[in-house]
Amino acid sequence: MSDTMSTKRLSSLAAILRHAVLLLTGALILLPFVWMISLSIKPPGEIFRASFSFWPSQFYGVENYTKALTEAPLPRYMINGLIVCSLILVLQILVCAPCAYALAKLRFPGRDLLFVMVLVGLLLPHQVLALPLFVFGYQLGILNTYTALIFPYVVSPFGIFLFRQFFKTIHDDVVHAARLDGLSELAIVWRILVPMALPAVIAFSIFSVVGHWNDLFWPLIAVRDQSLMPPPLGIMVFKNEEAGNDFGPLMAASTLIVLPLVIAFLTAQKWFVEGMTGGAVKQ
Amino acid sequence: MASVLIDSIQKNYGVTSVLRGVSLSIADGEFLTLLGPSGCGKSTLLRILAGLEVQDAGSVTIGERVVDGLRPKRRDVAMVFQSYALYPHMTVASNIALPLRMRKLSAVRRLPLLGRLLPGTTQVAGEIDEEVTRTAKSLGIGHLLVRKPGQLSGGQRQRVAVGRAMVRNPAIFLMDEPLSNLDAKLRVQMRAEIKELHQGLGVTFVYVTHDQAEAMTLSDRVAVMIDGELLQVAPPQDIYADPDDRRVAEFIGSPKINMLDGVVRERGLIDVAGATLTIETDARPGAALTLGIRPEAFHLADHGGQGSLTGSVRMIEHMGSDLFVHLDLAGIDHPLIVRLLAERAPYITPGQTLHVGVRPDRVLLFARDGRRLRRDAESDWTSVTPFREVAR
Ligand SMILES: Nc1ncnc2c1ncn2[C@@H]1O[C@H](COP(=O)(O)OP(=O)(O)OP(=O)(O)O)[C@@H](O)[C@H]1O
Ligand SMILES: [Mg+2]
Repeated sequence: MSDTMSTKRLSSLAAILRHAVLLLTGALILLPFVWMISLSIKPPGEIFRASFSFWPSQFYGVENYTKALTEAPLPRYMINGLIVCSLILVLQILVCAPCAYALAKLRFPGRDLLFVMVLVGLLLPHQVLALPLFVFGYQLGILNTYTALIFPYVVSPFGIFLFRQFFKTIHDDVVHAARLDGLSELAIVWRILVPMALPAVIAFSIFSVVGHWNDLFWPLIAVRDQSLMPPPLGIMVFKNEEAGNDFGPLMAASTLIVLPLVIAFLTAQKWFVEGMTGGAVKQ
Repeated sequence: MASVLIDSIQKNYGVTSVLRGVSLSIADGEFLTLLGPSGCGKSTLLRILAGLEVQDAGSVTIGERVVDGLRPKRRDVAMVFQSYALYPHMTVASNIALPLRMRKLSAVRRLPLLGRLLPGTTQVAGEIDEEVTRTAKSLGIGHLLVRKPGQLSGGQRQRVAVGRAMVRNPAIFLMDEPLSNLDAKLRVQMRAEIKELHQGLGVTFVYVTHDQAEAMTLSDRVAVMIDGELLQVAPPQDIYADPDDRRVAEFIGSPKINMLDGVVRERGLIDVAGATLTIETDARPGAALTLGIRPEAFHLADHGGQGSLTGSVRMIEHMGSDLFVHLDLAGIDHPLIVRLLAERAPYITPGQTLHVGVRPDRVLLFARDGRRLRRDAESDWTSVTPFREVAR
């Protein structure tokens, strides 16, 4: 009796500790965002004030957000981001799903070697490839176009890896049944496996979109034209050229850029979590 | 409808050889069961028949056609998988309709919106719907058509899998342990339904199982497969009563057949477990052989002596109508299992000495290498059975 009481007390103590740690890390991660939002609604005078407050004494949000939307071509940047991210995503899925199917479900000589190469691709940081890709892009004459922003990402080792792991958990019998039912290999990928792997597809989509929406490094190398710039690069240029030390509108612009991602993640959260853990526990 | 001819099929995975020259001929409309322990290669053989796996040697003929190298969908076979292999993201109706859509509608007509606009598509789609509804009704799943497989019970899923196979009117039905995921009661019920299905459709069934009861109750013939070889192909009663090989005798029957080592004393007499039994054999005096005696071939004897075995009772298992008595015999390490009528129970206690007699015609003789030893007249007959030739 007293035993169970003490374990109960112990476990509730552990739960409190656990939650405290989680809350603290959560707060640490959230803090810059909250700070960003707070700055985006403050007038210039308050931003560098020594005293700390999240809520401004003078609400300056309207001015900052108007300035962000009008002085820099922010809508242009966002449309660029949308075009680039969606094209990257569509092409990535078009390439990754059949590759992953071949690696997961077909038997052919050299398959394991190819998979090892995918893993190596997974380990290489993208920055390492920037210079060769730049030269390659230069020689193709596609620098300073949308294509330049897209082509390095079309083949995603991460996508191939993730889809392959997910396809592996699908029973071979399903593929066999589809073959007997008369589906071609590509039809098996698109009509059977990809719909079955929907959580993985959605999780991958979020990773891909967030990653490329926020990417600064490659666009900085690949495009020079302001009308082609995706949001982060545009913001950086905007800061250097026009805003100077005017942090209010800058933070307003940053908030606007992050917003679509936050909304997208919150709507897809359920799928996202399932996709990340699904492959690990099934079978 | 079609017959199937399987000719010396071999299959290796790396260095392990899974099928070692399997030959089998299945008549049109026959219900043939492949029976064997787990891992003996039954599913592999079935996949080769369906064209899902390529054999390393040998050939498969379905009907008049050699189908080697032919893709699965061209073979006119349908398969029900052990795991059902339903498409979880599609409704029951779409699951059953898919094979028909793939066959009856061209790629363009299958397009989501555009296809509907082409003349004739609606009519074919209507026919398919009708066909699906009819099939589902005949299987008693008509009311489940709008559900997804995840919302069905095991038995219902099994029916959907059968429906998907049936709807195409295949020449051959392949079933890979379709009942193994069901509970015992449902299994018996579905067994009867599969039997009915076979009688109703009249097409050739190749049915894989490791469940003897299924094999015995369903089949026209049973093919016993062990370690990638077909040891015997025969009607169920022959597999039980007249096995060709020691491994077949040991695999079939529960509890297992008793195997006793014996030596021929002289013509008609065999020394075994400290006793002498009167059994006709052609083996030379002094030859070592093994006697296979099923538990129910014994009967109680009043006293020891020639023709009966004597042992002490180790354990008694009550099975309702029957009684399994485990007897320790002198000089034999595993107990002899004897099946008696339950009404004997009050008279038998552990530790007691029991005499059991055995009907000589129920004793199966095996050579030490496992081969069945038959009397001369019979052994002529055995040598013309084609499947024995193949299994060697
Ligand atoms: N793709 C494969 N690669 C390597 N070995 C395999 C492969 N498929 C099957 N095997 C092996 O072949 C043997 C036969 O497999 P199979 O699935 O045909 O057995 P089974 O008789 O159907 O058994 P069960 O009753 O358990 O289904 C097994 O030992 C298995 O390990
Ligand atoms: Mg199997």
